[in-house]
Amino acid sequence: MSPSTSPVKALSLPANVRARRLLAPEQDQWTGMAESMKAGGAWLLALWATDDRDRDRRFRLHAAYLLPSELVVVEHALPEGTITYPGLDALFPVADRLQRGVADLLGLRAEGGDERGWLRHGGWPEAFFPLRRDSPATARFPVVSVAYPFIAVAGDGVHEIPVGPVHAGTIEPGNFRFSVVGEKVLRLEERLGYTHKGVARRFEQLAQREGQRLAARVSGDSAVAFSWAYCAALEGLTGITVPDRASALRALVLERERIANHLGDLGALGNDAGFAFGLTHFSRLKEDLLRANEQVLGARYPFDFVVPGGVARDLSGEAPRALRVQVDTLEHAVVELRRIYDEHSGLQDRFREAGRLDHELASTLGALGLPARASGIGRDLRVDQPWPPYDRLATRLATRTEGDVAARVQIRFDEVLESIRLCRLLLDRLAEGRITVEVPDAEPDRLGLGLIEGWRGPVLVALHTGPGGTIRRCHSHDPSWQNWPLLEFAILGNIVPDFPLINKSFNLSYSGQDG
Amino acid sequence: MLDVLQRIRRTGIVSEPLPSAEVVEREREQLQASLLAVLGRALCIRHVDAGSCNGCELEIQALNNPYYNLEGAGIRFVASPRHADVLLVTGPVSVNMEEALLRTYGATPDPKLVVAVGDCGTCGGIFGESYASRGSVSKVIPVDITVPGCPPSPLAILKGILGATSRPAR
Repeated sequence: MSPSTSPVKALSLPANVRARRLLAPEQDQWTGMAESMKAGGAWLLALWATDDRDRDRRFRLHAAYLLPSELVVVEHALPEGTITYPGLDALFPVADRLQRGVADLLGLRAEGGDERGWLRHGGWPEAFFPLRRDSPATARFPVVSVAYPFIAVAGDGVHEIPVGPVHAGTIEPGNFRFSVVGEKVLRLEERLGYTHKGVARRFEQLAQREGQRLAARVSGDSAVAFSWAYCAALEGLTGITVPDRASALRALVLERERIANHLGDLGALGNDAGFAFGLTHFSRLKEDLLRANEQVLGARYPFDFVVPGGVARDLSGEAPRALRVQVDTLEHAVVELRRIYDEHSGLQDRFREAGRLDHELASTLGALGLPARASGIGRDLRVDQPWPPYDRLATRLATRTEGDVAARVQIRFDEVLESIRLCRLLLDRLAEGRITVEVPDAEPDRLGLGLIEGWRGPVLVALHTGPGGTIRRCHSHDPSWQNWPLLEFAILGNIVPDFPLINKSFNLSYSGQDG
Repeated sequence: MLDVLQRIRRTGIVSEPLPSAEVVEREREQLQASLLAVLGRALCIRHVDAGSCNGCELEIQALNNPYYNLEGAGIRFVASPRHADVLLVTGPVSVNMEEALLRTYGATPDPKLVVAVGDCGTCGGIFGESYASRGSVSKVIPVDITVPGCPPSPLAILKGILGATSRPAR
């Protein structure tokens, strides 16, 4: 892929998947690269900025583009003294929120972009930029309540329903503003950022070999995916190859994370459609899985299982057999429950056609992961860009074309059964040997990436190293950034009472996007 | 429909008590007796996520699975703070949730109890105190009991709730 102007410089980029790093020194190269990426079928995966004024008095932008067979990071250093840049939102709609995030954290503004705060609500002053190097770590500010200008819909009989940030169930906080006529939704506008807790700044206070603990807590339900992505970035930077046994155990735990979340969602989706039986049974199966985790891995949620160089704990001699029995029992139950779901006409009536997102819209918006696959976008890193041990597992892709709640339910069923198959393969072929190797400090001023297909979709960790085993900057990206805007479209024309069901069918992370 | 009901009935019997179910059952009965002694009625809980990573939410949700049978013990989650006796607060209190947490606390009728759940709610956890995080629930509202853990198990959360109810409410 060539830029529209003079050639860009390419650098190697250590990662667990094929990755390139391109330098775009000129502004038209930055936008030219974006255009050629778009034309080449790339998705904008992440956008982050770094304050490099201590090195060369410049800020830098980094855009990560996901292609079917590789990841490309385009880097653009803003001219000295400049804090505005050409936005990418006209090409990639997701860039709108990403750019607002960059503006809130570093004070760099996309030209012509939405100027409303996204991550900054009123908890810190407008002139304070948490990720600038001259912003003191000790800074604390009183909250100043600021009204958020939601976009109003005018018209006869239109009224607004504000929901959140504290929701009625045991879920995360976010604000939804519905504009409705009668029960029909004309517009939904999301306001997120409530759980922003300064993850990126916190990373800079941790050593390279402890960053995985924070990565695991970017979005707790994707702890394995994020901690693996972090470790993959660090291992790439240090040239470490993880022992076979360790990478198999990582995949085993990642698939168990996928199964656990899908089981929880399948139960909740039944419940939101008035089928409480589903919640009872799927939550029981999930609990069985968590208890097996506790017995075998020492934790119901193995947040700190993936560590740089391998895994923190080995399986006992008996464990593989016990896990094998557990997944066999689980598979039997899931197959039976799937038949019940499929044959329950009342349930299917609620699922079908609800929250439909067609292929074209999903592509335009850059949908990722599970909802993308339910709208006919057949992308899964485990299939397209398999990293060890997935390069030897031949993961089967789950896709549907309908793009409705029913399709997202079917994807979950398919993926649970596929993950069970993968768990079995991993357990049967489990290599003997070490579970960890020593990881040295990475060289300073380098960038490494980790890209892992979590249960929601691809999670990315971009690690910029500092001297002496420190973290200069670490950016984590959850696919919820891409998928939250999908919900605003999927709900259109549906009725308000179907929102919980449609929302649950996406089940996006607030914490993962808020950071 | 008959077919579905038959499957439901057959699947329903699949449920078998796990070895640890006995322990859960004992805790549950203890809890129920204690609640009746203190309140003489069901205990209503309102959960507030004040910047959690969502790990604690997973374990709070697990309390509603059939193994723990929380409602059977006389505890239920309610949709509004107006109906709550107890606030179950997770997260290190992100500054963006501070106002919502204070308002939720204010909307909860007295007497009320606050249980801070997880390492973050207890002491800020890995996020600590920063420009974006207050560093624990007790820095923002009065806390009666803390349940450390990352995330704490459902049983630990259950014990925390029990611990809170055995104290005099505010």
